[in-house]
Amino acid sequence: MAMDTTAPPAVDRAGNPAGPPAPRADRPWWLGPNLVLAFVGAAAGYAIGHMVGNWIAHTYQQVQGEGQNNHAFVLGYLFATFGWLAGIGALNYPFQKMFGYAPASEAEGAHERKPTLRSYFSYTLDHKVVGVQYLVAMLFYFFVAGLFALAIRSELLSPTRHIFQPGTYIEIVGEHGTMMMMLMTSVILGPFGNYLVPLMIGSRRMAYPRLEALSFWITPAAFIVLLSGIIVGGFPTGWTGYAPLSIEAGEGQDAYLVAFGLMAFSMIVGGFNIICTIINYRAPGMTWTRVPVFVWSMLVTAMLMVLAAPVLVAATYMGLMDRTTQTALFDAAHGGSSYLWENLFWFFGHPEVYILALPGFGIALELLAVFARKPVFGYRTAVAGMVGVGVLSFFVWQHHLFVSGMNPDMRPVVMLTTELISIPTGIIYLAAVGTLWRARLRLTVPILFVLGMLFNFLIGGISGVFLSDVPTDAVAHGSFFVMAHFHYTIMGGLIFTFFGGVYYWLPKMTGRQLDQRLGKIHFWTLFIFFNSTFLPLFAIGELGMPRRVFEYEKALQGLNDWVSISAYLIGLSMLIFVYNFVKTMFIDPRPTEPVGNPWGSRGMEWMTSTPPVAYNFAHVPTVVSSPYEYGTGAGPMAYIGGEPPGVPTQYEEVN
Amino acid sequence: MTAASTASAAPRTDRQHMMRIAVIWVVLSVIGMVLVYFVWGPHMPPGKDSDQARVQQDGNRLLGTIAVPVFVFVWVYLGYVLTNWRVKSSTPVDEVGDGPPLKGHAGFQAIWLGVTTATVLALFVFGTVDLAHNDGAGTGSGPSPIWTPTGYDANAAQSKLLVVQVIGQQWRWTFRYPQYGGFESDVMVVPAGQEVQYSVTSLDVIHSFWAVNLGIKADANPGVNNVAFGTADKIGSVNIRCDELCGLYHGSMTTTGKVVSPADFKTWATKASSTYQQLIPFLPPYADIYLPQSDGGYYDPGQDPLPSGPPPGPASPSVIP
Repeated sequence: MAMDTTAPPAVDRAGNPAGPPAPRADRPWWLGPNLVLAFVGAAAGYAIGHMVGNWIAHTYQQVQGEGQNNHAFVLGYLFATFGWLAGIGALNYPFQKMFGYAPASEAEGAHERKPTLRSYFSYTLDHKVVGVQYLVAMLFYFFVAGLFALAIRSELLSPTRHIFQPGTYIEIVGEHGTMMMMLMTSVILGPFGNYLVPLMIGSRRMAYPRLEALSFWITPAAFIVLLSGIIVGGFPTGWTGYAPLSIEAGEGQDAYLVAFGLMAFSMIVGGFNIICTIINYRAPGMTWTRVPVFVWSMLVTAMLMVLAAPVLVAATYMGLMDRTTQTALFDAAHGGSSYLWENLFWFFGHPEVYILALPGFGIALELLAVFARKPVFGYRTAVAGMVGVGVLSFFVWQHHLFVSGMNPDMRPVVMLTTELISIPTGIIYLAAVGTLWRARLRLTVPILFVLGMLFNFLIGGISGVFLSDVPTDAVAHGSFFVMAHFHYTIMGGLIFTFFGGVYYWLPKMTGRQLDQRLGKIHFWTLFIFFNSTFLPLFAIGELGMPRRVFEYEKALQGLNDWVSISAYLIGLSMLIFVYNFVKTMFIDPRPTEPVGNPWGSRGMEWMTSTPPVAYNFAHVPTVVSSPYEYGTGAGPMAYIGGEPPGVPTQYEEVN
Repeated sequence: MTAASTASAAPRTDRQHMMRIAVIWVVLSVIGMVLVYFVWGPHMPPGKDSDQARVQQDGNRLLGTIAVPVFVFVWVYLGYVLTNWRVKSSTPVDEVGDGPPLKGHAGFQAIWLGVTTATVLALFVFGTVDLAHNDGAGTGSGPSPIWTPTGYDANAAQSKLLVVQVIGQQWRWTFRYPQYGGFESDVMVVPAGQEVQYSVTSLDVIHSFWAVNLGIKADANPGVNNVAFGTADKIGSVNIRCDELCGLYHGSMTTTGKVVSPADFKTWATKASSTYQQLIPFLPPYADIYLPQSDGGYYDPGQDPLPSGPPPGPASPSVIP
């Protein structure tokens, strides 16, 4: 259907006919929104917020005699976030629109330009730049949080406390857990979801580039707020933030609540963009049965984010209210309940676990098809499995409360729903098993990580059955068994496939291929030391060591020392990756010819130039077959060079 | 071994591959299951020190045994794929060639779904029966549990079971014996061979009472009476830890307990009750839960009258008939 594309007559704010827009003077870069300004804005925002908080609450705080002013910290963090976003330029466009100015902004036409170095440090609307920003930031967050893990393992070398004071130890535990669990939610959806979804569905852009950029630029704010909690003593609650402990904790707890709330907001915004893009921006011919499995996993993950994260926003808001305006929502003595936080938190927290697992499934199946050179086995069933995991994940959160005494009569039902999740998860394994049948399997680095994930996630999944069964959960609950279980699913599943994705897609994103020999060393050291770290933790938990303790029985010291040494070796393995990454990306000379499609994939993301041109495809591609038609003799999955021969098309150029 | 070396004669058919995998799988699974159930099983945590620990050990044993064929299947299959269907990774991409374009197999998918569904439903039935038949299998079952041993009464005074109130606070455990005058002890002593009702509560934040070798685990929530049942079998010591992060010294919130013969327990409790006779009035009156008073303390003997009536504070739902 033809649309009226004639532009309306130009008018200015008052409605008078406007002349041609005045050419903008070329401002020096430091006058426009930039990263330096963002830091200045954040500092100024914090100072103002802190001052306002002190001003409105100082008399009240004197009455309470607590000696701390949470108002000042909460307002400081919120104003700082606002200042950060203003400095980076996130607010220019909405405010210009709001007040009727033509958005003469930074980012107009950013897609058409080739990204410069500066684009990677700016509020940029090109989804490929945002993907790279996410990738680097996520690696950074991951390594910082990993260092905290090594600090924990150092303390646990000895059964009594010997390095850190109890307060410091619990701070480290909290920072490690929270940083990993809140920021790693976007470890695949952020870099690969944003970068690859438009390429894989044949779109020239994202549905909401501004929301996408916003979702990224909130994450550094959340990271900095969370980390800054250390300055005021950290928080003693771990990543679960159970009330009423969180209510009585010091100011560091405000950092936890604000940071987690910010990250939830980032998840909502980013997820919403992914959903709308996948539903509305598929190229002609990209029917739902041709959508790549990875894109399906992104869709389900984004749905979980959009549905679960608002509950977290509400919960953190309630926590902040309890801490500042004394609402006592979580305080049993004044009519609240400690169960309320547990319920709200896990209603978000359990879908979150699948936000962390599903992208891994997506990458695993996507890569298996490419490296087995076979179609995904049972494609529709596999997709149904992912959707099934997503739906069921909203009905299982109370298994975190099996021994809490809350709603004890419902435990069989929750036990059932929890165990039901192994059916759709089993389907993912079925798809993997079927895809590998009579495969032509090349053991390249990316597929090694996927096979490693199949190995690890199996252990993680089956240990989960012990946690879903109430009698056996009575032993394992809250112990190191749980900790080993979710490290097997998240680190062994999500992080392994994440690295697989890095090795697989980095040639597409940059035209440079990571060193494969170093990649193999990275894989094998990581695989061996990962298992050697976390397998003994199952035993340690069953033998009576609760999570987050700094003292344990002398008899468990041998196992704990083994685990700690293995954990250091994981750190060394990661250093190999960092060396490989930095060397290939920044030190090695630019390859004369970018690596084209080193894996022989049929996927549409490999059909455009490398690195992809602005707007991804010169023409909107037309999809003619599934990406997984290996061995069927089908031609390429899409035509990307204009009108396909002999295929009727009914589409218009977008943009 | 690569595909080239095994395919000396005619390449194997699908059926032959399946048979080979199935045989390896069945043989290794049977061996593994026997080893796990009969050799490892009797030594699995949490041991046999109580009825509940036995139930949990049986659960670990059964689930562990069922897990064996699942593990073995995936491992054997991955191993088989790697040894039989692997192409040298140095092969140039265009020379690898494609595998058979197998897009699915309705029968195989149906069998897979059927087996996983049946397993899951069986596990659900097993878990539920286990839970209901063992009075909650040592887990905290809330203030009014539905699966209770005979003689249980929500009112501690009328309960025919020995009631031990477990009070968590930052960062120590206290045990209270309401049927012996309500004295408090910082060491838990329970009789062997007798069902005990643990009423777990907290004075401040969430803790979790974990008597490791007795297989008892119940969260201590402020304002909630969380009841768990347990029968210790073996005379000896009990390792007690806090299992829920409760702040600074969570890591050292440990204590010990003792399982003694019923006669010894009676002697100990009677003696303690009379020893602390003078002190009991200074404790807050026994209640299922304790909430802070408006003046900030739990009970202040200097200001509040000595306990005679119902406990002070906003609520005491202890005596729900």
